[in-house]
Amino acid sequence: MSDQLLYATETALNGLMTGVMYSLVALGFVLIYKSSGVFNYAQGVLALFAALTLVGIQKGQVPFAHLINAVTGGHLETFPWQVPALLAILLTAGVMVLMAIIIEKLVLKHLVNQAPIILFMATIGLAYFLEGFGDVMWGADIKTLDVGLPQGINETIETTTANWFGYGFFIDNLDLVATLVAVLLVAALTLFSQYSKQGRALRAVADDHQAALSVGISLRFIWVLVWSIAGFVALVAGIMWGTKSGVQFSLSLIALKALPVLMLGGFTSIPGAIVGGLIIGMGEKLFEFWVGPLIGGATENWFAYVLALIFLVFRPQGLFGEKIIERV
Amino acid sequence: MFYREAGDFKTSYRADSQTFPIRLDRMGYIAALVVAYAVVPFFIDDYWANAVFVPFLIYAIAAIGLNILVGFAGQVSLGTGGFMAVGAYAVYKLMTGFPEVPFFFHVILAGGVTAFVGVLFGLPSLRIKGFYLAVATLAAQFFLVWLFNKVPWFYNYSASGQITAPDRTMFGIYITGAQTSAVAKYLFCLVILTLVALMARNLTRGTVGRKWMAIRDMDIAAEIIGVNPLSAKVTAFAVSSFFIGIAGALLFSVYLGAAEVGESFGINKSFLVLFMVIIGGLGSIFGSFAGAAFLVLLPVFLKNVLVGALGWPTDVAAHLELMIVGALIVIFLIVEPHGLAQLWRIAKEKLRLWPFPH
Repeated sequence: MSDQLLYATETALNGLMTGVMYSLVALGFVLIYKSSGVFNYAQGVLALFAALTLVGIQKGQVPFAHLINAVTGGHLETFPWQVPALLAILLTAGVMVLMAIIIEKLVLKHLVNQAPIILFMATIGLAYFLEGFGDVMWGADIKTLDVGLPQGINETIETTTANWFGYGFFIDNLDLVATLVAVLLVAALTLFSQYSKQGRALRAVADDHQAALSVGISLRFIWVLVWSIAGFVALVAGIMWGTKSGVQFSLSLIALKALPVLMLGGFTSIPGAIVGGLIIGMGEKLFEFWVGPLIGGATENWFAYVLALIFLVFRPQGLFGEKIIERV
Repeated sequence: MFYREAGDFKTSYRADSQTFPIRLDRMGYIAALVVAYAVVPFFIDDYWANAVFVPFLIYAIAAIGLNILVGFAGQVSLGTGGFMAVGAYAVYKLMTGFPEVPFFFHVILAGGVTAFVGVLFGLPSLRIKGFYLAVATLAAQFFLVWLFNKVPWFYNYSASGQITAPDRTMFGIYITGAQTSAVAKYLFCLVILTLVALMARNLTRGTVGRKWMAIRDMDIAAEIIGVNPLSAKVTAFAVSSFFIGIAGALLFSVYLGAAEVGESFGINKSFLVLFMVIIGGLGSIFGSFAGAAFLVLLPVFLKNVLVGALGWPTDVAAHLELMIVGALIVIFLIVEPHGLAQLWRIAKEKLRLWPFPH
């Protein structure tokens, strides 16, 4: 193979890996949209908050240390202990469930039957709140997250490809782990929604709110459940992205990257989120590789959106979305 | 008792179709104009102009523009920041390219350029609806910001990548640049806001506005009764972008003086203006003013209380501010999803009967 083609293949592979990471965030969106019709803009901030909480618990930070110090003039920093990674992850999952309950109690319960745009706006408000809350609680400095995931170049792939083509591909171990985790997550979610009682209830609600209510499914419980699952997915995404690029404000912006993925795949389809993520991830990397240098680079910021926009003009419901039927 | 529609008889068609047909509304409108034009300019100083009045006037223009698109025509847009950037860069190119043309026309022309760009990005709205459209307008936001960052022609090849407003005068008085007085900034923005608001008010109660509202309420039904969705949606995008472009032009040239596109016209600006529209009230011109006033005053107020009065460090205060703004938005949506304008409507209902409620 020629050099150019080899580089392109490497770029495409790395793009696929990035796409998996996008899909992880998009999954959370789809889950909530399907079951409650809420377009949850706060998903990215949830991931940030989960990652912040995980680091905070692991390092034994005192929550609200900044605020307490500002009010009382003290010098609280950390507790004298460190928490092992696995326990910290479990505790953070607990925090996310608690968060789901609080969100349902304080926000969603009061917004039943409002127009979708109002609910969307409420989640943007929620995103602002959580962003400030996370910073007040754990501090706004950039943190490193390490739960023992492997990182750095995968030697096996490099040597193998070097033997085959005379050029070693650079694939990050972390991306491989992310792919594995994404596969497991989707499998688990599918099994849960197909074979468990709660999962069936979840699908019933997604299908028809009123019919589900009338056969005795508690909508409020389902909402707490689905926000908890979304919180858990956010935690997984937060761990992956946090390990990759540090826990900081820009983590919440991955939500913006997940939006075109959703548009492309359709808002209501879990396979859509995965396939959309792969297409976007590979497309933007290849576009940057071939066209980027000609027009100044940094095209990743908008390419996904423009691709999704053009795609939607021809297929307004996305790849796997439910067909939009309009009646007067 | 204090607010009455009854007993206000019209004797000509002209009187019946004037902008404010109810006498009390008209008096309130004139009183507001008198205060804004004849009282405020004598008391305004640099702090009040820069912290409160000028941003309020400029954001009110942007909020009116977005309200036409979201509140009247029902097309949700998250590309406001990008369109404001188009206005800002258009006015910059016009100011530096044609220094002999009066600045006022530059601002209007910048609005025109933005309207054109807005129509381009609005065309997909014929096919894409609802949330899909909201996300699609983000394409405009990110693409435009990238474009202004990467093509040096737009910022005249300046080394910093920033655009800086040159000094421009009207009738011998500085409007832009470092020597501009607070009064000049305030009055210039006020004049434009008055024109924009009058135009918006009259557009929304005329044929065009009714077409927009028909499309908003249900586009298929509107199409069946003879509203052309193409022209209605495209005019909504054009008018909305025209106003938003003017707001962007003023924000850059009169208020900021220098701007860097990612920082001044990023996605946060889109959300800010959208919040103004939602908190103020969708589909209400008065609501756009109320929302802009609320969201301009709130950070100033919080900063004065948290940093000034309580003496907390600025970073904690900034995070608390985010929390409070977010919480207020959620609370607002729960308590009054129709915004401040609805509160005003309820107040009018009460005043109509008070003090004899039966």
